[in-house]
Order: sequence, then C-alpha cells, then structure tokens
Amino acid sequence: MDPQPPEPAPDAAAPLVIKILIAGGFGVGKTTLVGAVSDIQPLRTEARLSDRSLGVDDTSGVDQKSTTTVAMDFGRITLHDGLVLYLFGTPGQERFWFMWDELASGALGGVVLVDTRRLEECFPAIDYFERRRLPFIVAVNGFDGAAAHDAEKIRVALDIAPDIPIVQCDVRERSSGKHVLVTLVEHVLTLTTKPRRATGRSAVLATGRSGGCSPP
Amino acid sequence: MSDGDSSDKDRGAPRRWAEGGPERLYVVTGGRNRPAERVALDLVALIVARGAPGPGAHPEQAAILRMCTNPLSVAEISAYLSLPASMVSVLVGDLIDGGQVEVRAPASAAALPQAAVLEAVIDGLSRI
Ligand SMILES: Nc1nc2c(ncn2[C@@H]2O[C@H](COP(=O)(O)OP(=O)(O)OP(=O)(O)O)[C@@H](O)[C@H]2O)c(=O)[nH]1
Ligand SMILES: [Mg+2]
Repeated sequence: MDPQPPEPAPDAAAPLVIKILIAGGFGVGKTTLVGAVSDIQPLRTEARLSDRSLGVDDTSGVDQKSTTTVAMDFGRITLHDGLVLYLFGTPGQERFWFMWDELASGALGGVVLVDTRRLEECFPAIDYFERRRLPFIVAVNGFDGAAAHDAEKIRVALDIAPDIPIVQCDVRERSSGKHVLVTLVEHVLTLTTKPRRATGRSAVLATGRSGGCSPP
Repeated sequence: MSDGDSSDKDRGAPRRWAEGGPERLYVVTGGRNRPAERVALDLVALIVARGAPGPGAHPEQAAILRMCTNPLSVAEISAYLSLPASMVSVLVGDLIDGGQVEVRAPASAAALPQAAVLEAVIDGLSRI
C-alpha cells in the first residue's frame, strides 16, 4: 500500500451519496439489476438483527438472545460531479429484512421488482415502502414467457396509488436498468415539487395486501 | 465469523472502556458489535482516513485506514473485510473517536433531496 497523505481534505473529496433500495420477491432479479447498472461487481454486506430489533420482549435471559444475520448485495454507480449512487438489493428470502431500520434511513427511494407470474411476492416490499413513507416505483421484470401485462391491471392488483410509476424492464440490460432508476428519481422529483398528500389508504392495506392473500 | 452469542453479553458494558489503549481495543469476534449508545453509521456513510495506520493498530482498523485513502462507504468496507456492517460501524466509530478518520454522513432522511441534485442524478444516469 502507498503511504497516505497526512491530511487529506475529505470535504473536497467526498462525493454526495444517494441510496436506492431494490426490493421484491425471491429470485425476481434484484441482484441481476444491481449488477447490470453497477460500476463494480455487486458486493455483499450483512447486518445482524438482535432480537430487540425483531420485537421480542427483552425479559428473557442473556443466553436466550439470538441474532439474525441479514445479507444483501449492493452496487455503486459513480455519476459526474461527485455524485455516487448506491443500490442495495434486499434479500428476497429473508423474512426479517424489513426490520432493518438502517436500510431505509436516508434512502432516496425504492424500486419494487415484480414478476407478474408471482405478483403477490412483492407485497411485503410495497408494504415496507408505504409504511416507511419512502417513494417507490414498480418495475415489472419481463421474464421470457411472462406475458406483458397492462400496467393498470398491475396497479389494481397491487393496490397502489395512481401516481406511482409502473415500468416494464429487462433487468439483464444495463440501459433498461438505467431507465428504471431514472424513472424512480423523476418520481421523487415530482414529489418534491408537489406538496405531499396523505394517502389515506390504511383501510385498504389492512384488508388487502397485508392479509397475505391474493389481491382483490 | 463466529455466532453472535458472546457479543450480546457485553451489551450493558460501559462505553468508555476503549480508553485503555490500542492493545485492549478489540477481540473482533468477542467484543460488542452493537453499542446502544453510539448511533450506527449509515451503510452509505463515507469514511476517509486522515492518515496511515500506526504500528500498533488493530489489523481490521489498519485495513480500514488503508482502504479509505479515498472515501469509501461502510457497506463497501463491510464487503471487503467480510465483516458485518454493524461491526464495521463499531471499528470505524473508534477510529472517529481517535481522530483517525472522518465521516461524511448521507443527506438526512427527513429532507428530500433538492430538485437540483435530483436533476443532476437524472442527467448523470442518462450519460453513463
Ligand atoms: N430470463 C430471464 N431471467 C432473468 C431475468 N432477470 C433475472 N433472471 C434470472 O433469474 C435468476 C434470479 O435472478 P436474481 O437477480 O438472482 O434474483 P434476486 O431477486 O436477486 O434473487 P434473491 O436475491 O435470491 O431473492 C437468475 O438466474 C437470473 O439470471 C430476466 O429478465 N429474464
Ligand atoms: Mg439476490
């Protein structure tokens, strides 16, 4: 390793960082999307959730405390002007990732990847973003053999607000992945220039998606 | 990595025990990995070394100092060292206390980024 300058000027060197989450069901293409658009090979990080963050009462003895390790992969896109995007793919199989509070904190927004053959698998991701009030868009990954779906049918099935963009994509294609990200950032831009309104859909949430059954 | 059993036992330990000197700093697998009193660093908090590691530096912390010549995120450090982000957060936290690194936290979650930044992101994405 080279010796380092004693006093680097971190403020001048440190870029502005933006965090985006890629969520969705098991095997829907999250890692593929991260890899397609990232400058670097997708990397892997983990966090441990103690049982406190899992919501278990703290009355049990120390010996009974357990931890769950949540692993996720991520990539980085370095843009011009010292702007860096970090993309985090949430673990599709992991039941507890949504308890990982640090994940959403400071995030610009999220992409919910959807496979139309297994639509209901993205419900936890949508619930997560809605509960955290994090802007998100829906990206429909067009696996071979999956019929292209009418965006409005998907909107009804997912029970999401009319202003949430739904885009078709092929996550293996870099250009397609970029389009997904641009759509998300444009959506966030729209939200910043419009006053945010209350959605008032908690009743729907309680009876629909959160029930874990098929959409109405 | 070892399992998390031993690390939880130290949860209630006083926080300033690290003052005893570098040798006592950590047994990486046995120490605390989730200090309650210190705010966990964000995954995308950027860490920049202020200097090279000293001769007695803990191996993981020396590695962090070497890789952070240029700003590097906690997530990347975690990936390169194969350590959980929570543990990197602890290691970096003590480097911050020792003045050996600086951190740049990402923009606050509460405030949505300004339109100009978002436009720069859109513009940047369309160029790459
Ligand atoms: N045919 C086709 N295959 C795809 C597409 N997207 C992803 N795949 C494949 O589907 C499999 C799963 O993709 P991943 O990117 O690993 O999915 P993931 O969401 O990260 O999966 P988990 O992290 O395990 O939940 C891989 O073998 C991909 O190559 C697609 O658009 N078309
Ligand atoms: Mg994956």
